[in-house]
Amino acid sequence: MTVTHAGRRTPKVAKTNSIVKKAVMAVSGIVMVLYLIAHMIGNLKVFTGRESFNHYSEWIRTIGSPALPHQTALTIIRAILLIAVIAHFWAAVSLWRQAKRARPERYVTKKAVAQSYASRTMRWGGVIVLLFIVYHILDLTMGVVNPDGNDSTPYDRLVASFSNPFITAFYVISLVLLGMHLRHGIWSATQTLGQSNRRRERTVNAFAIAFSTILIAGFLIVPFSVLTGLVD
Amino acid sequence: MTASMQSSVGNPADEKRGMNLTLRIWRQKDPSVKGKMVTYKVTDISPDMSFLEMLDVLNEQLILQGDDPVAFDHDCREGICGMCGLMINGQAHGPQQTTTCQLHMRSFSDGDSIDIEPWRASPFPVIKDLAVDRRAFDRIIQAGGYISVPTGTAPEAHATPVPKADADAAFDAATCIGCGACVAACPNASSMLFTAAKVTHLGLLPQGQPERNDRVVNMIAQQDREGFGGCTNIGECSAACPKGISMETISRLNHDLLGALRAGARPKS
Repeated sequence: MTVTHAGRRTPKVAKTNSIVKKAVMAVSGIVMVLYLIAHMIGNLKVFTGRESFNHYSEWIRTIGSPALPHQTALTIIRAILLIAVIAHFWAAVSLWRQAKRARPERYVTKKAVAQSYASRTMRWGGVIVLLFIVYHILDLTMGVVNPDGNDSTPYDRLVASFSNPFITAFYVISLVLLGMHLRHGIWSATQTLGQSNRRRERTVNAFAIAFSTILIAGFLIVPFSVLTGLVD
Repeated sequence: MTASMQSSVGNPADEKRGMNLTLRIWRQKDPSVKGKMVTYKVTDISPDMSFLEMLDVLNEQLILQGDDPVAFDHDCREGICGMCGLMINGQAHGPQQTTTCQLHMRSFSDGDSIDIEPWRASPFPVIKDLAVDRRAFDRIIQAGGYISVPTGTAPEAHATPVPKADADAAFDAATCIGCGACVAACPNASSMLFTAAKVTHLGLLPQGQPERNDRVVNMIAQQDREGFGGCTNIGECSAACPKGISMETISRLNHDLLGALRAGARPKS
């Protein structure tokens, strides 16, 4: 049923259920968070020395070898992550557009009383994190924009990048944004998947804050150690 | 004491103790033209007046001047009908968590400047000035916010036992008056809290069970069709809700919807 009102354009109808999109967002987000946990723990291997770190990187590429072809596990992980990123991005853009259509005329005065800084930065923060991920892969995975070039070992690329204050600053800013993204994202996913209630609300939010802080601290300790000469 | 009170009543200088306010009000002749903020002054406003009574004073003034009075919605003025609703200084229903009619001028100070705007959401088009068309909510209710029961004499109250905790939670959700403050306050102009309150209210009671799955898929389909935004769980809605409907209801709606889709329920087109 389309009800038209004088002077009102018939609204563009969302083709997919908005809550299904949110569920896609939540599930793809959880997949990426699980990867981030593994990534953070893997990064901490930098403290066990160059040899061990490079060996770990090599191990990821040779899991199941020689029974399985080179990089089997890694390719599967990359494919899953790529699907998750695309699904997350699609859902976000689609809901963003729906929200923009829902309020074409903004308030002259609008005061936010409940929203956290984290929830306000979800959209632009997410875009910045995405750009960071692209740069991050070009820098440390592929080495094409790495100061040490692409024929260096993972350990050397890491040290070379974090010896540059600009790269380090970009890394720190992006990770803090990612932490805030997760702080609201974990709470929001719990709501979206229907797992929250009044009793759990405080626990979920406390967990979201604690988890994001620990995860991001685990990532940031690496550039900090390069900066202070703990890792070189 | 009595003497001093009498003297104050008799003294014209003391009578002028009301507030003087500057109002910036959204004026829009009809849905087809662009509106704008217009500045008005009101004087000698009693702190005991409700916000709507203050607007009544302004309108009397405008009528006397031969101007067009400001159109705004109101009905019971007791905070129970959900008809009134204004964006006051950027907050739905103003600085107190109540309805606009139950907001009193004591919440403001002499000399304040107050911005008054209508709810802004494309499913709530402005009819005139501060009055918006909220029939989109009625259509969401029509899509599933009901239970189908044979009418007749009132059934025996003990025939269908309801656990006390469920009855309380259902009643908390049922206090929603459909004023639209949730949509107005939401950064996404989402009506999620409204729909969630209805789904929770009926979904917690035994009478709501037969249509539970169809209800949630149809109400959400209608909500999307009306052009409301999606929920990002920010919580502005619940903070603005005059009845304090909690975010828990949104989680319950999501749970019901995903469950209903898994069970094969699909919205009527």
